[in-house]
Amino acid sequence: MSPQGQAMAFKLDGAAGAAHVTTVGRDVRETVGEVRVNDPRVRCTDVNVHYGDKHAIKNISLDVGKGEVLAMIGPSGCGKSTFLRCLNRMNDTVRECRVTGEILLDGEDINSRHIDVVPLRARVAMVFQKPNPFPKSIYENVAFGPRIHGLCESKADLDVVVESSLRKANLWDEVKDRLDDVGTGLSGGQQQRLCIARAIAIEPEVILMDEPCSALDPISTAKVEQLIEELRQQFSIVIVTHSMQQAARVSQRTAYFHMGDLIEVSETDRLFIKPRHQLTEDYITGRFG
Amino acid sequence: MTNPGKALPEGATSFARIQAGMAKRRAAERRFKMLGRLAVSVGLLFLSVLLISIVSKGYTAFWQTQMRIDVVLAAEDIDPEGTRNAETLRKADYSSLIKQSMRDMFPEVSGRRDKFALYGLVSNGAAFDLRDKVMADPSLIGTKVSLWVPADDDVDMLMKGHIDRNAAEDDRRIKDNVLGWINQLEAEDRLELRFNIDFFTKGDSRDPELAGIRGALMGTIFTLIVTLSLSFPLGVAAAVYLEEFAPKNKWTDLIEVNINNLAAVPSIVFGLLGLAVFINVFGLPRSAPLLGGLVLTLMTLPTIIIASRAALKSVPPSIRDAALGIGASPMQATLYHVIPLALPGMLTGTIIGMAQALGETAPLLMIGMVAFIADVPQGVFDPSTALPVQIYLWADSPERAYVERTSAAIMVLLGFLALMNLVAVLLRKRFERRW
Ligand SMILES: Nc1ncnc2c1ncn2[C@@H]1O[C@H](COP(=O)(O)OP(=O)(O)O)[C@@H](O)[C@H]1O
Ligand SMILES: [Mg+2]
Repeated sequence: MSPQGQAMAFKLDGAAGAAHVTTVGRDVRETVGEVRVNDPRVRCTDVNVHYGDKHAIKNISLDVGKGEVLAMIGPSGCGKSTFLRCLNRMNDTVRECRVTGEILLDGEDINSRHIDVVPLRARVAMVFQKPNPFPKSIYENVAFGPRIHGLCESKADLDVVVESSLRKANLWDEVKDRLDDVGTGLSGGQQQRLCIARAIAIEPEVILMDEPCSALDPISTAKVEQLIEELRQQFSIVIVTHSMQQAARVSQRTAYFHMGDLIEVSETDRLFIKPRHQLTEDYITGRFG
Repeated sequence: MTNPGKALPEGATSFARIQAGMAKRRAAERRFKMLGRLAVSVGLLFLSVLLISIVSKGYTAFWQTQMRIDVVLAAEDIDPEGTRNAETLRKADYSSLIKQSMRDMFPEVSGRRDKFALYGLVSNGAAFDLRDKVMADPSLIGTKVSLWVPADDDVDMLMKGHIDRNAAEDDRRIKDNVLGWINQLEAEDRLELRFNIDFFTKGDSRDPELAGIRGALMGTIFTLIVTLSLSFPLGVAAAVYLEEFAPKNKWTDLIEVNINNLAAVPSIVFGLLGLAVFINVFGLPRSAPLLGGLVLTLMTLPTIIIASRAALKSVPPSIRDAALGIGASPMQATLYHVIPLALPGMLTGTIIGMAQALGETAPLLMIGMVAFIADVPQGVFDPSTALPVQIYLWADSPERAYVERTSAAIMVLLGFLALMNLVAVLLRKRFERRW
């Protein structure tokens, strides 16, 4: 665990131990906390998602700031992934899934008819829970995005992009001598960093990560977390995690979801030390989930 | 093994129970293994019985009795004017020359009936062989040539032991006088079993000793080329569209059900359809490999579509997500990532479909590919037949010599099938190795 993580764990213990009093009771479902930020990258307003009859996301409004890591936590099945997938319209691929509400990316409504999902997803790229490199060479994995989007004029350009993406993903030193090996032959943690390299190769504005470390060992997790911290300089990152420690370590703001509702959004430090909603406190003190 | 009961006194009760059960479990495992082995052996047994019976019956067809005859190529018989004109050479009466040479060998034979039997020792094909020889080298005219020609199928059968020399004359196809001539020919070293090149280079014939597999083989190859070049792209395209792009609704469900039904339709129905539509409506040439290929395409399409869809389904969705997640269009995701992964499965399905098509007889009967066709087809428009139909035709012929040819044709069919499967395996390996 990083020193920062240890400090956080300590703080968490402190939060659980202190006689903190929340101000909002369990039955309230309005979001408490700072939903909005100044100068947002993404601004969601009244987003609802239905899977057939099931109301999976209920009236959520939330901003993602520029250069911030926003963590989304909550018990499993509360809709974190569903909400995340709204941000680059990955839910389009799910049958029966209906998304309503306004999601502005740099002020532009991504759910509008004029938006083409292909360039949208080049701006809002996604990294998945299970590392899913293409069963092709490491080089091809990273080169695929720039190639289909026509970002590189020449092979030399592409080489540069591949190298810099792998460097940014802290993977270059480990794979530079075997770029032609299949990506699926790497270890789990390397695969996930390869997937991150693949995403940053297209220089998106936002990177969505859905539990990117849940299939990784602690050391790989630490590497990915460190990587997230570095990437924040360039990209906005929204990360879903089931680990509160991870949220505490990597994010600036944290959103707590509960059964399709966004319960609370705060500065990460504040959310874990002084949760304002009873449900948040239940969750972070382990009384729920 | 150490005794675990002593090593683990604490957990002894449950461990002992596990130990006690182990014998039973192992026995069950052994039984299961035995059953599997039994099943495999039974399968192998039947397969080898089949193969042995076919090969033992058929291998003799790869040899053919040839007879050496000495023919006087008198100029006045072949080319009285001495023009050496090809047309004249072609039209000359070579069979009477051969008859003459037979008479020269057996001058004692007299009487219409006996002469007829004597001439019958040589195959009808001998005259054509002689003609070809003379046309290739007209300088032979005026000389006496000695050449090997196919013997009649009865002689061939006798030489191969399929006709019993010791049977009573009434039960024997070859009567005593003919047998005497044959013995004399053998004594003069004029009869010899030679490799049957004609079997691989000639088309069908009414004379078993002249009948070859080439016509049917080429017909099958042309038919399968048509089938493959239509059914693979169509099948894969249909599967990709249905699996990756089509909305899932009542219509696509209906299409799916119908495709599954089509896969189970008896093949003869496709033959009838081909007759009604391709021949009667579109006026395509009857008996042509093109037509056969179209009909077999209808038949194999459902198989290929179903197999290709299964192959596409088995590609993990995470691959599609990965591509879509960085902004690939659905087509790019499918083309670059999904199809390459599904290709080995698609190829397997295609080869299964093609193997079915290769062995298919019934629909071809309906569209006239069962006609007697002696010429080797040169293209997809020429009338032809196909290997399984040829097998059916020969199996149905009364002459004894067709029995071995039937088995030999089956061997050729099986060989072709093995070759196709080999190609499929190699292709699959190739595509799998790329990952
Ligand atoms: N494809 C789907 N079809 C129907 N319901 C779904 C689908 N995906 C998710 N859900 C439902 O939506 C809710 C939220 O799911 P999800 O966003 O995956 O939760 P989380 O990621 O927070 O664990 C769950 O109750 C789940 O059952
Ligand atoms: Mg999830």
